Amino acid sequence: MITVENLTKSFQGVNALNGVTLDVEAGTVLGVVGPSGAGKSTLARCVALLERPDSGAIRVDGTDITSLDGSALRAARRQIGVVPQGDSLLRQRTAAGNIALPLESAGVPGPQRRTRVGELLDLVGLTDKATAYPDQLSGGQRQRIAVARALAANPSVLLADEPTSALDPETTGSVLTVLDRARAELGVTVLVVTHDMGVVRKICDDVAVLEQGRVVEHGKVLDLVGDAASRTSSALLPAVDLNPINESSYDRVADVVLVGFAAVGALLPEASHRFGVELNIVGGGLTRLGETPVARFRLGLNGERSDSALEWIGEAGGAVQRSLKGPQGVAA
Amino acid sequence: MRSATPWSDVLSYLVEATGETLYMVGVSTLIATAFGIPVGVWLQLTARGGLRPNPVVHRILSFVTDLGRSMPFIVLLVALTSVTRLIVGGSIGSTAVIVPLAVGAIPFVGRLVQNILSEVHVTVVEAAITTGASTLRIVRSVLIRESLPALINAIGVTVIALIGYSAMAGVIGGGGLGDLAIREGYQRFNDRILWSTVAWLAVLTTVIQLGFTRAARASDRRRHASV
Repeated sequence: MITVENLTKSFQGVNALNGVTLDVEAGTVLGVVGPSGAGKSTLARCVALLERPDSGAIRVDGTDITSLDGSALRAARRQIGVVPQGDSLLRQRTAAGNIALPLESAGVPGPQRRTRVGELLDLVGLTDKATAYPDQLSGGQRQRIAVARALAANPSVLLADEPTSALDPETTGSVLTVLDRARAELGVTVLVVTHDMGVVRKICDDVAVLEQGRVVEHGKVLDLVGDAASRTSSALLPAVDLNPINESSYDRVADVVLVGFAAVGALLPEASHRFGVELNIVGGGLTRLGETPVARFRLGLNGERSDSALEWIGEAGGAVQRSLKGPQGVAA
Repeated sequence: MRSATPWSDVLSYLVEATGETLYMVGVSTLIATAFGIPVGVWLQLTARGGLRPNPVVHRILSFVTDLGRSMPFIVLLVALTSVTRLIVGGSIGSTAVIVPLAVGAIPFVGRLVQNILSEVHVTVVEAAITTGASTLRIVRSVLIRESLPALINAIGVTVIALIGYSAMAGVIGGGGLGDLAIREGYQRFNDRILWSTVAWLAVLTTVIQLGFTRAARASDRRRHASV
């Protein structure tokens, strides 16, 4: 739906973006993460068409929108709903009035505008706040109104720049829920730029890690967590080495990542049963990525067929990340 | 020593002069606002970080604005005589004073307006840009509407300033309260008229200031900020 191709942008000789390429499938949520100074904001501003890249293309539905001007540019902007970083609501307008702004820009007549604003207030769960002014709303409510405003003109892409950076954990949840609903109910493609891996954990299908203006990792979250070397897995999965263990008490020690209800629930008992090995969870834990339970366990195995058991777990869909002990180490 | 002017005469002096002052100040404020707001908008649009940055235009406009503001009003009053005659068909009287008053106030309003518009937070303006709004719409619905309370206050400040300037209107026969105080009061040693006018000016400016403050507050939707 939206692709970013080889985007570069520099400010006074400093390269903020060094050839960024991204691809977001229609109806999915991509999280762009990275440390501060990695170029996240510049990328967001380029995609929001507030900043022109030096080179490269941003395509929405195949059309490059980086070189447009005038009314074509304004029309393209309506294709991309933007939730800007920070407080961005008009303080002299009600919540409903703020949501109506893009519809006014698009020339939508009054009655239709009111209907649409009503739908959006409903989507973000703030119907009772229609006539409230921003100063009467909490930070989280203001941000949800900003999301509703971004969605008002039916954009195909929703860009959220650090939508939760100023919020406490509870309100963060309500804003993320709204972003998730936008995808689920409106089928909009979401690009969320954030420094908070919690956002990726909760709503992202895909993730791109940005470092020094480059994409150093890009893929499906659930695929990347199985890769021990990925930054995504180390950031999202439970730590396995919190407690030092006595490796000599096991024949084999290995880390495994299990994705999904079936794998998390059944794979380990099944392996233990099949190969007659004693299988102990000595570290790690369980977490949830979106709706999917994901576990990373450090296993201590005892039994002759420990290696076979590990191999089988790998074949059955678990990612055996490394054998800390034993000959059959699968990459380290 | 003459006997003091009867109070009834003082009152009719004051009524007439107030009418002249309000006429001169009212009309020139309307004109100054009508031209000053576009000047302020233009200044802000062309400023660095504005919606249509243009250093050359901005610098020229700034220069002209500041030149206009630095001109002493009494100089403007006489310097513009020929222009005034061209516009209103005469160079004396209350109507003639309106021209220099308005001309003097346009750059004043322009600078005030620009300062106010520049206070609208960049995030808010950019959010409007991303909705695909045209520059005109952003000026109207965002810059001006968001600053409305401050703009109303600025017009109030302008009115008070113009009441002050209009005191010099007597130079070209414009009349008004300032002229009354100077000519009838001060120059004729008529303390009753002088001090009555001073007191009435104090009341008038206070009431006008209060009115604008009220209007500004009534237009402000941020008053619930403490909730």
